[in-house]
Amino acid sequence: METIISIKPLLAVLVSLFVIPVLISSSGKPNVRESWIFVAGAIKLILVLSMLPVILEGKQIALTLFEFAPGAAIAFRVDGLGMLFAIVAASLYIVTSVYSIGYMRGLDEHGQTRFVSFFALAISATIGAAFSANLLTLYLFYEILSLATYPLVAHHQDKKSRISGRRYLTFILGTSIALVLPAMIYCYHVTGTLEFSTAGIFSDQLSKPAATVLLLMFVFGFAKAGIMPFHSWLPAAMVAPTPVSALLHAVAVVKVGVFSIVRVMTGIFGVDLLSNFNLGVVVMSIASVTILVGSCIALSQDELKRRLAYSTISQLSYIIFGVALLSPQGLLGGVIHIVMHAFGKITLFFCAGAIYVATGKKYISQMSGLGKKMPFTFAAFFIGALGVIGLPPSGGFYSKWNLILGTLEAQQTIFMVVLLVSSFLNAFYFLPIVYKGFFGKSEEEDDNVPVKIQEANLCLVIPLMITAVISIVLFFYPTVFVNLIKVGLGI
Amino acid sequence: MDNYPALIVIAPLLAALLAGLAVWIKERLSYPIALMGLAVSTFSAFKVLMQVIDSGTIQYKMAGWTPPMGIEYRIDLLNAMVLLLVSSIAFLNLLASYKSVEIETNDRAGSFYTIYLLFVTGLLGVTATGDLFNLYVLIEITSLTSYAMVALGDRDRGPLASLNYVFIGVIGASFYLLGVGYLYLKTGSLNMLDVANILSGIHGSSTVLVAFILMMIGIWIKMALFPMHVWLPNAYTYSPVAFARIVAPLMTKVMVYVMIRLLITVFGFDYVFETLNLADAVVWLATIAVLAGGVMALSQKNLKKMLTYIIVCEIGYMVGGAWLGNQLGMTGAILHILNDALMTFALFLAVGNMVYKLKTVDLIDLKGLFGKMPWTMAGFVLAAFSIIGVPPTCGFFSKWYLILGAFEAGAYHFAGALIISSLICAVLFFKVFEICFFEPMPEEHGHVDSHSHVIIEEAPVSMLIVSGFVSLSLIVVGLYSGTIVNTIILPFLK
Amino acid sequence: MTDLLPLIVAKYNYWLYVILMMIGLYAMIAKNNLIKKLVGMNIFQTAIILFYVSIGYKTDATIPIIQNAHGGQGAHSAAIHAADYINPLPHVLMLTAIVVSVATFGVAMALAVRIYQRYQTLEEDELRMRLADIGPEK
Repeated sequence: METIISIKPLLAVLVSLFVIPVLISSSGKPNVRESWIFVAGAIKLILVLSMLPVILEGKQIALTLFEFAPGAAIAFRVDGLGMLFAIVAASLYIVTSVYSIGYMRGLDEHGQTRFVSFFALAISATIGAAFSANLLTLYLFYEILSLATYPLVAHHQDKKSRISGRRYLTFILGTSIALVLPAMIYCYHVTGTLEFSTAGIFSDQLSKPAATVLLLMFVFGFAKAGIMPFHSWLPAAMVAPTPVSALLHAVAVVKVGVFSIVRVMTGIFGVDLLSNFNLGVVVMSIASVTILVGSCIALSQDELKRRLAYSTISQLSYIIFGVALLSPQGLLGGVIHIVMHAFGKITLFFCAGAIYVATGKKYISQMSGLGKKMPFTFAAFFIGALGVIGLPPSGGFYSKWNLILGTLEAQQTIFMVVLLVSSFLNAFYFLPIVYKGFFGKSEEEDDNVPVKIQEANLCLVIPLMITAVISIVLFFYPTVFVNLIKVGLGI
Repeated sequence: MDNYPALIVIAPLLAALLAGLAVWIKERLSYPIALMGLAVSTFSAFKVLMQVIDSGTIQYKMAGWTPPMGIEYRIDLLNAMVLLLVSSIAFLNLLASYKSVEIETNDRAGSFYTIYLLFVTGLLGVTATGDLFNLYVLIEITSLTSYAMVALGDRDRGPLASLNYVFIGVIGASFYLLGVGYLYLKTGSLNMLDVANILSGIHGSSTVLVAFILMMIGIWIKMALFPMHVWLPNAYTYSPVAFARIVAPLMTKVMVYVMIRLLITVFGFDYVFETLNLADAVVWLATIAVLAGGVMALSQKNLKKMLTYIIVCEIGYMVGGAWLGNQLGMTGAILHILNDALMTFALFLAVGNMVYKLKTVDLIDLKGLFGKMPWTMAGFVLAAFSIIGVPPTCGFFSKWYLILGAFEAGAYHFAGALIISSLICAVLFFKVFEICFFEPMPEEHGHVDSHSHVIIEEAPVSMLIVSGFVSLSLIVVGLYSGTIVNTIILPFLK
Repeated sequence: MTDLLPLIVAKYNYWLYVILMMIGLYAMIAKNNLIKKLVGMNIFQTAIILFYVSIGYKTDATIPIIQNAHGGQGAHSAAIHAADYINPLPHVLMLTAIVVSVATFGVAMALAVRIYQRYQTLEEDELRMRLADIGPEK
């Protein structure tokens, strides 16, 4: 495989980092500050996209920064998988920035400079994780991301956010130090390298029990992926302002967790080792439990954001589920669900935020009849819901379809049932919201007066329309992402 | 000029004398004199390090007397590194100290600087010397000066804390001296290399064993290895901040250096890890030290005291690493000398800034500090992350080597203790962060709604710059730890 | 037990210093008065000094000063045997150690004076009560 040495990955990571001092120094002038965010976001996206053609040709872009010990360096390597994740994160960052201007100003939040600064830091860490060449670098950015998002989660600085922030860190930082760190060092101890490679880094040093324990340490240790029982930080993190929930807790943070697990399974263990030891089924069982239980809990939640959070927990496990199938179709379905779910779920979160800003309503039971006031928002919500359930014409269908094909390919029919049941549950907890929104009646509604449209401000509505539209476009044109996965995983 | 090795130690000594004189002539002169002395020392240490990296070990014979008769300074990669560390931290701390010394020592600034310089001289001498008895004398110079310094601090508790420190310090030093006596009895020499040569023939001797154990216990008392740590928290908490900032990072670390020097150079790896069967027990002791230090830190209500218990915990890291008996563990221990000195320094610099503004640093006093002192807190947060071991700060990389060494030695309990202590430190520091971040400032500062309009009241710029510089250096040192390991530590261990 | 007695007799100097050391250590740990503790500390240090001094001793040897070394009558008339002179090095070392112990003692005394001025007592238990009265740490 051809490798190009280039500084671009580093620049893409650092752009948002460099802009932070500028943001802080222009904290008195919100408009100036916000325009810098867009400049940085645009540069970042351009840098990421400029690498795309090279990657699609099957080449890789690499850059080693600090060789810390043989086989353990701080290094970047852009491959198909990383590229896919970086495109999603960088593009959604810009959309979310527009949204967060509307949201933060609409609610007149305090500490906006702090907010945007840590947001920029978080996105830097996300791109860094996407471009990591080895487990050490991945771990580094994983930890930075955990710490950078803490002030965002605890943004309100009140008692509730303090408790949530504590839980957030306990789960995310605690598991990564207690499980991932020793597992990673043990891998290095055994093999002398942490470099990702499709063949895996182990030759025959591991016995099956050791491999199982190690794999479980990674799967549970990357708690950002929300595998049960280490999931409860995600609903707790919903106290954060909605832009944070939308970008970080539907896209960046949680997907970094999933991405890390995918990387470990495909790059550290390697598909062959996992299927030799038959470990795919173990992971798949864990993921299935999370999928089903997550969906069931989502059904019982009345607060919209919490329902979305549990839905996210269950959807994240789809991705792990797909990869654990260890068949080409399953891998494809799982990884592309990173993209599809990202656009679907961020739309839903944007809608939840828009509803909150426009009406102050957080609970689903208060939302009947609201679709008439906010038709655009609810239409977008419908599309996002379709994406998450996995119905055409949304991108979510493509990933679900491939996942189901994957179970057939891997001859795991029981697990196909899990997918189908879960899709039903998804439909149950999303579609009633839309239905009641459009056709239900709110308490204050008067039949004689025609309902006036009262959407939230444009900064909120435009982003959610964009992501909803992209969600549909992806159904028709998933080709770029499919190719990236094929290049990245060699399938 | 080949006298750099001597200059490292002599410059601060001379400066101490001059600063002492200046007290009678013009007290204001003592600060610039001290600054000059340490600047020269730091520069020389840098030169020596470069020289050692280029051309290997330097043997500097005091006044031209050849060993084993004369006293020799023997500077290899290890102590060249520690020398630079000690002198630069002493220099930087002095830069940050001017204002806080004036406040804290009321009108005795001149004597403060004199004792400060003598303390640094002692530390540098301990690091540079190649003679066992000389080491004892220099250790006592550092101890004596720190007794005096601790007494300069808190008026109510300082003298008593200091006196307890004296008692335990004397026991430690005496044990060491006794051990040296036994070693002399057997070898008839005090020069480290000479002793090592003679020892290699008499590994089985019980006199050597007694000497070894006595010296180790003496050094452990001096470095505050659990359960011999009881003097440390009080002594460091009640000393003046400007002194706590330097004694906390340096004193214990230099003692760890002495231990490693004894293990490697004097007694030798073969003796310690093959003839003796102590390594397992010591690693267990270190494991307990790591955990106990962490747990005791959890129960503290004063920030300064909490940090002193973290030092006890970190001592366990280094002792355990050094006694794992493999190259990785030793690399980790040596790297951690450097890293821990830097991060403790960064923490105490931040605490110094807080003390300057708040006077007391009980945890409840820290409310709303993120808004009030954002730059100080930024430095504090970085240093805390380094203690927790978050990459890319340097604390992560030494922990990496230590855990790797523990795996290699099969000491899984030690690896476990390191991980658990990371978690404990995370809890500790986030407990502090929560207080600083969530709880609004007390009423007397006049803001009920403290979130929106906080007035920034920072420490003086000189303190902030040093604090920021050191905190950033944690990341830089972390990123270049590969280089440090490859150019300094591995060649030394070969 | 039969082996122990000759051992003690043969190396009685070592046993003496061990006993002295233990006396000192006992005083440092068990005494309540700070000055008594200081005295214990001094005994402890002196024990070690005595140990060093006795290391240098040789039976039938004299002080290491060569008579008429710089010429004069009988200069270098006989060969010098190291066995005829006691080893001076431990003694010289102890000069330094004595200086160190005196300095430590001085500092400790000064501290004791400071404590007395502040609390009007040198008894440890009373001090502890006084400290408790001051209230929580500053």
